[in-house]
Amino acid sequence: MAVSSLAITTPIRNLGLYVLLLVKAFGSLGEFSLYRKNLFTQMVRTGIDSIPIVALAAGFSGAVTTVQTAYQLVTPFIPKSIIGSIVAPSLILELGAVVTGFILAGRVGARIAAELGTMRVTEQIDALEAMGLNSVGYLIVPRVLAGVIMFPILYVFACFVGIGGGILVAQIGGYLSIGEFVKGAREFFQPFDPIFGIIKSVVFGFAITTISCYKGYFTGGGAEGVGKATTEAAVMSCVYILLADLLLAVLLL
Amino acid sequence: MIQIENLYKSFNDKPVLKDVSLEIQEGETLAIIGRSGSGKSVLMKHIIGLLKPTSGRVFVDGTDINKISYNQLREIRRQFGVLFQGGALFDSLDSFENVAFPLRTFTKMSEAEIRSEVQHCLNMVQLPDVGTKKPSELSGGMQKRVALARAISLKPRYIIYDEPTSGLDPETSNTIDELISDLSNQMNATSIVVTHDMHSVLSIADRAAFIHQGNMHWVGTIDDMHRSDDATLRAFVKANEYQIGIPSHA
Repeated sequence: MAVSSLAITTPIRNLGLYVLLLVKAFGSLGEFSLYRKNLFTQMVRTGIDSIPIVALAAGFSGAVTTVQTAYQLVTPFIPKSIIGSIVAPSLILELGAVVTGFILAGRVGARIAAELGTMRVTEQIDALEAMGLNSVGYLIVPRVLAGVIMFPILYVFACFVGIGGGILVAQIGGYLSIGEFVKGAREFFQPFDPIFGIIKSVVFGFAITTISCYKGYFTGGGAEGVGKATTEAAVMSCVYILLADLLLAVLLL
Repeated sequence: MIQIENLYKSFNDKPVLKDVSLEIQEGETLAIIGRSGSGKSVLMKHIIGLLKPTSGRVFVDGTDINKISYNQLREIRRQFGVLFQGGALFDSLDSFENVAFPLRTFTKMSEAEIRSEVQHCLNMVQLPDVGTKKPSELSGGMQKRVALARAISLKPRYIIYDEPTSGLDPETSNTIDELISDLSNQMNATSIVVTHDMHSVLSIADRAAFIHQGNMHWVGTIDDMHRSDDATLRAFVKANEYQIGIPSHA
């Protein structure tokens, strides 16, 4: 009985704490001038520092998708440009945002949870509060804003690199020419597709940073607690990326 | 003045503080003493509102800090400087930036004024040359002194020291004790020292408050402490004196 009641009350309590944390964080936007410098730092750590790994993942995703599509469509009845028609929308609609999301859940989400968790267990958050600073606003607002601002930029970057990777492997592997790839990509291009991708990346950026901030801010139990919070932040971010991905597809497509 | 009235605090139904009352006078140095786990640090966190009491009240200059808004509480907290047990220095910043942090955040001082004030604070804690070092490059005692420089940078009316000498060698502990004593005199601040180190208490405190098993067991001056015939207090003091080699006053 006690276990089943805990199974119900714990998620509700966690959701309540998560919402309260965000309300407290964004209720302090009036003091944004205090957070500005930290925002730029976080934008660099979240965005600029993630460029190499995002480029690597997106480039390989585009290349592999191209090779696999070419493998499935080896028939004289289908023009080769169809490969471009499949690869480009796949990257713009799905892979660009989701691959970037997964990469950043591990790279950015885990870093945020570990940073805030360590600050919690070493009393650095208490020190901020004791000085009279709103620690929630100071620590969480710049990280979440940096995520929401930089994720769409990384998404756009991932799409270009992914398509570039596809074109490169198509050319080198002799599957189709650049002209055929681009012709196919343009043929079925829908203007809403990149808008949908940007909406997804904003939602993913918000989910990853807020979940990781929540996990890190409420860390307890020393080094073990920091490890647990870091793992949970990365795993939960991935789960919520998948849920949000499906929900947005159902709602917007 | 700080007044604590009938403070109860429990975590998961386990009581930690039970009906604790205490008055801390303006300008005095009060030591809150007791064994590890007796609730000293929990009491300290109630004084600056980092913890909310299960019941009871905490007044700072007549204001019940648990009945005011968060922003009002933050205003009151700015009158405090707190030295945390592990220093709690921001490990992403070097020593200079740690001390400069409150000045940059809460004042409109120019860069030159901040530089001068930070150097003054580092000089006060006798570490004039550590500005460029990160906390991880400093020893435990140096970290506490830099944290102390940060705590006093806004010239607080109240300074709270949480176990300032724990984990330090006797010589460094003496240095910290001397610093606390000097700062109290120079800044005319009210000092609250949470400790189980009787050597510190005897060196720097005007009064002591002894917490035992979550209760405020005894409060009095250091002279009263020497004369007290309270068996629990005497056992605590004697255990410490034996440990640090001070002859018993009894």
